[in-house]
Amino acid sequence: MMDWLNILLDPNAQWILFGSMLLGLSSGVIGSFAYLRKQSLMGDALSHAALPGVCIAFMLSGSKSIFLFLLGAAVAGVIATFGIGYITRNTRIKQDSALAIILTVFFGLGIVLLTQIQHSGNGNQSGLDKFLFGQAASMMLSDVVIMAVISIVLVSICSLLFKEFKLLSFDPGFARGIGYPVAFMDQLIMFLIVVAVVVGIQAVGVVLMSALLITPAVSARYWTEKLGLMVVLSGLFGALSGLIGTFISASGNNLPTGPLTVLVATGIFVISVIAAPRRGVLSKLLLRSSVRNQMRREQSGPQMERREKAV
Amino acid sequence: MSTFWIILTGALVASTCSIVGCFLVLRKMAMIGDAISHAVLPGIVIAFLLSGSRDSLFMLLGAAGIGLITVFLIQLFHQSGVQSDASIGVVFTALFAVGVVLISMYTRHIDLDLDCVLYGEIAYVPWNTIHVGGVDIGPKAVWGVGLAFLLCATVIALFYKQFKICSFDPAMAAAVGIPVALFHYLLMGLVSVSTVASFESVGAILVVGMLVVPPATAYLLTEKLSRMIVYSVLIGCASSVIGYYVASVLDASIAGSMISVAGILFLIALLFSPTHGVIVRKLKQRKMIQKQADAAAA
Repeated sequence: MMDWLNILLDPNAQWILFGSMLLGLSSGVIGSFAYLRKQSLMGDALSHAALPGVCIAFMLSGSKSIFLFLLGAAVAGVIATFGIGYITRNTRIKQDSALAIILTVFFGLGIVLLTQIQHSGNGNQSGLDKFLFGQAASMMLSDVVIMAVISIVLVSICSLLFKEFKLLSFDPGFARGIGYPVAFMDQLIMFLIVVAVVVGIQAVGVVLMSALLITPAVSARYWTEKLGLMVVLSGLFGALSGLIGTFISASGNNLPTGPLTVLVATGIFVISVIAAPRRGVLSKLLLRSSVRNQMRREQSGPQMERREKAV
Repeated sequence: MSTFWIILTGALVASTCSIVGCFLVLRKMAMIGDAISHAVLPGIVIAFLLSGSRDSLFMLLGAAGIGLITVFLIQLFHQSGVQSDASIGVVFTALFAVGVVLISMYTRHIDLDLDCVLYGEIAYVPWNTIHVGGVDIGPKAVWGVGLAFLLCATVIALFYKQFKICSFDPAMAAAVGIPVALFHYLLMGLVSVSTVASFESVGAILVVGMLVVPPATAYLLTEKLSRMIVYSVLIGCASSVIGYYVASVLDASIAGSMISVAGILFLIALLFSPTHGVIVRKLKQRKMIQKQADAAAA
């Protein structure tokens, strides 16, 4: 209990806490749209595809500036989404293969560049892999400010364009029919995912960033049938995961924040799978047994009559 | 000599992965390879903690076990109504997180390099050799991946027809009495084995890449499954040979170069494939329009 109090009083920990919550919130919100558009793994692909961008940014600038890294990652991410879209539109290769191709080829290129940087003997390169695996504990005030600004922009775009995104997610054909700029909005959603990924990479790392986009959204889907509520819930679940993950990580044990946040999100997912009303395992079991009871009651009625007649 | 072993390992990984990968690409399960290769991390760590050694047999068993659990969980959530891509994402990220937490919990007395697991270091393959009765019989990786290759090739060859029907028309496969679920798990077992066997020597990146990129390239070049498999094995081998030399010229990561070369080959097929190439189809379209215009003029 004392640990928790200390965390709340320590300004550094407060920033980490704030940052993780914002990250969870914004990735939860944009993740819901990714989930409905069957693009959950886009985050995974983009977070790997960011690597060459980060490396090139470092090679060009020679400095470990977070801003340049983010810029490089964002450029690489946009090129990657374009590549995925191009492959799926122009060939018979399906989206999942296109994702996997872009993911591995970009990451492979990134590794080549990374080894180039390492072999070039630039003493400044040691932080690059930290950037990839994520170090929430090393978050600084300036990082949190960047995250806060980006999260606010992201969430407000999503709420301003909520109606449009909703239509696009459920019926893109109709949206095109009534004159929405569908291609532009497709790219916009992709771009927002890129932004969320890029912001998240340095906090939780390449691999785990995709979890923050997927898991809260899937959990939220279990609780509701309404998109508005789902987006809100998903954001809440994300923020809650960030909060609890940071708390556990900060209360000692030397455990990294990113994986813990992901595990908390998974915990929420498991609870949702079991306990959600209507779609959860428990309520399905209850429903099934009540139906079975009812059937037994209805069946046993006529059977008894028949038996009486036979006697 | 070491050049030979490295290229041989690369080619064996490429062949093993591309045989299995063809079916993954056709069945729209390309991301399964990525998922398995990340999700086996806790399996490797747990096997390492239990056995206390870096003996690859234990790690292989642990990883293959977790690989099958991954596939099972993905299937379970998918059947209970989660979209397949999301269910893949939830499962593998969670397992990967467990792996990272385990590593950092035991980080003081664990000698398991995360970089090595993820990136792999194919350059060290020739130095890790097996000795039988005092005689050096070649690198361990070559034997491991070679066995996986033989296993995959044999199983696929034996049940080629069944796998083919299951990939193209699962409903028909079920109708003619093929146990679809059994073949699904058999295929996933092969994916696990080839992922894990290749993984230790070359890293996740090369495995995932070789599972998808050569088969997708071959998919653009042919209409026949048997040819697609042959082409993708050839493309995979070509990527590993060219990739090796590119890496030695650039002094860069060998696995990374092999994948980059595979990516370039894919790009070439994407643009210039005689049947599905973007540029070729554009040219054909233009010719057709020209012909129509001529016909209209005449």
